[in-house]
Amino acid sequence: MTVEQFVFLVMAVVTLGAALMVVTERRVIHAALWLILALFGVAGLYVLLNAGFFAVVQVVVYIGAIAILFIFAAMLTRKAMQDVGPQVNAGWPAAALIGGVVFVALAWMLSHWAQFTALPPAFADDTPTLTQLGVALVSPDAYVIPFEIASVLLVAAMVGALYAAWGKKK
Amino acid sequence: MSFFSDPVNSIIHWLRNLLIGWGLSTGWVTLIMKALGVMVLSTVALLLVIFLIWLERKLAARFQQRLGPNRVGPYGLIQPIADVIKIFTKEHITPFGVNGFLYNLAPLLSVSAVLFLWAVIPLYKGVVGVDLNVGVLYLVAAGALGTLAILLAGWSSNNKYALVGAFRTVAQMVSYEVPTVLALLVPVLLAGTMSVSGIVEQQRVIYLIVSPVAALLFFLASLAEIGRTPFDLMEAESEIVAGFHIEYSGLKFGMFYVGEFLHAFTVSALFAVLFLGGWRGWGAEAFPLLGLVYFMAKAFLVYFLVVWVRSTLPRVRIDQMLNFNWKFLTPVGLILLVATAVVQKIILVSGASYGVMVLSHLVVNVLILWVAFWIVKMREARRPRRQPVAQPRPVARPPEVTRV
Repeated sequence: MTVEQFVFLVMAVVTLGAALMVVTERRVIHAALWLILALFGVAGLYVLLNAGFFAVVQVVVYIGAIAILFIFAAMLTRKAMQDVGPQVNAGWPAAALIGGVVFVALAWMLSHWAQFTALPPAFADDTPTLTQLGVALVSPDAYVIPFEIASVLLVAAMVGALYAAWGKKK
Repeated sequence: MSFFSDPVNSIIHWLRNLLIGWGLSTGWVTLIMKALGVMVLSTVALLLVIFLIWLERKLAARFQQRLGPNRVGPYGLIQPIADVIKIFTKEHITPFGVNGFLYNLAPLLSVSAVLFLWAVIPLYKGVVGVDLNVGVLYLVAAGALGTLAILLAGWSSNNKYALVGAFRTVAQMVSYEVPTVLALLVPVLLAGTMSVSGIVEQQRVIYLIVSPVAALLFFLASLAEIGRTPFDLMEAESEIVAGFHIEYSGLKFGMFYVGEFLHAFTVSALFAVLFLGGWRGWGAEAFPLLGLVYFMAKAFLVYFLVVWVRSTLPRVRIDQMLNFNWKFLTPVGLILLVATAVVQKIILVSGASYGVMVLSHLVVNVLILWVAFWIVKMREARRPRRQPVAQPRPVARPPEVTRV
């Protein structure tokens, strides 16, 4: 077992364990904190994949913004220190079924994929991956349309949030 | 490579050869060297805090026409060490009902979030913890961890005042992160790289001259980020007892204190690196150690400015602070970013010389700042003026007594 495999296993165990704790923990704040650990694990996986940019973005966006927002919302809306409630609602069998089906389907697909055990190919040119990513996001024959659609979606969400927060002018 | 011109690299070279001579494999040697590097860098940074506390107290005293610490050691230099020893002997009080693990994790996370920043700061030519190609983004990510530490401290203390203090602090830090990131993007655009060492090497003319508005935005936003006066609402000593760290005592409180001081110096160092050219200076290429002197001199100059602002200005109100951020810093940052990108692209396409580039950026910057101030002035003139004190009201007078 190489060092990389060892690190990967540790990261995977941490991520999965933390993710399990997110859904089984009874206190909402603890669940949010476990979620942060799970997100850190994913950032570690990005580092292992030589995608440093994504690792840092994962920390900035998910931990620095989204998780903090979760915690804020949970702390402001509930009795933060002693919040214990029912963990499941009536829809849990359907959710479990869908989750199970998706997991089995993904596992089946991946195991039949020829590239599953292949080593990552080396990059054709040695310009930094960050530069390649940036160029790919704005070049017409790559990802410019998904990129623009995502931007429009985000702007729409922002305008919607502004409208919701504006309130009625008297 | 002589020892006196570049001691760090010579020691690394010598130690690496020594370890390989002992028969260790290259992987292990790299691991040991990296661990040693982390230990040395963070220890030096933490020891620097002892000097910073003395410096800040002495400077603040001089600004307020006092003498400052002057009893222990020459010029009071040993005073912070005495304070450190005192804080080591204090009792750790754990309040009832805290969340043990998180309560103890928060101070550690708070200090390490600041120490993480030092990993990408180039000390002098060729000496940097790790030259990440996403260095600037990494700085933002490390800041996010600091926010998390504060939230954890406030929540795990089981005290509603600590929780409210944490909310105040985090709201301030999260909102001032926006202009910080916008200002950070300008050096990235100018240098064409996100690596912090790369930004230093690209600064033939310091970016304070190329883009003074970005430097101003970064300085103001980081003042708010480190919670220094005029933005120290989170622990306004004259109004509230303390912010999120009200339940911490002894060394755990000391950790927050150390983190805060180190953060103040770290953002000064970042300003020196991003806008003042870091280690660049006369003769720093030929004689690398001189670069460390230049870098430290620049960082301490900015730190002096931070202390100066701190001991001069009064505290702002919360509405003033948020208005200043969302109605001045953020719009100016957005416009500056777009303008810098356009100007830089035009210059790259037209192939103008370096001097023309610097000059055109400078002109655009001055123009943006002038227009921004003009708009603020116009709005200020139209706004109904708030009376600082109540209008003079008729005083209740005793009825006039007719003299007999």
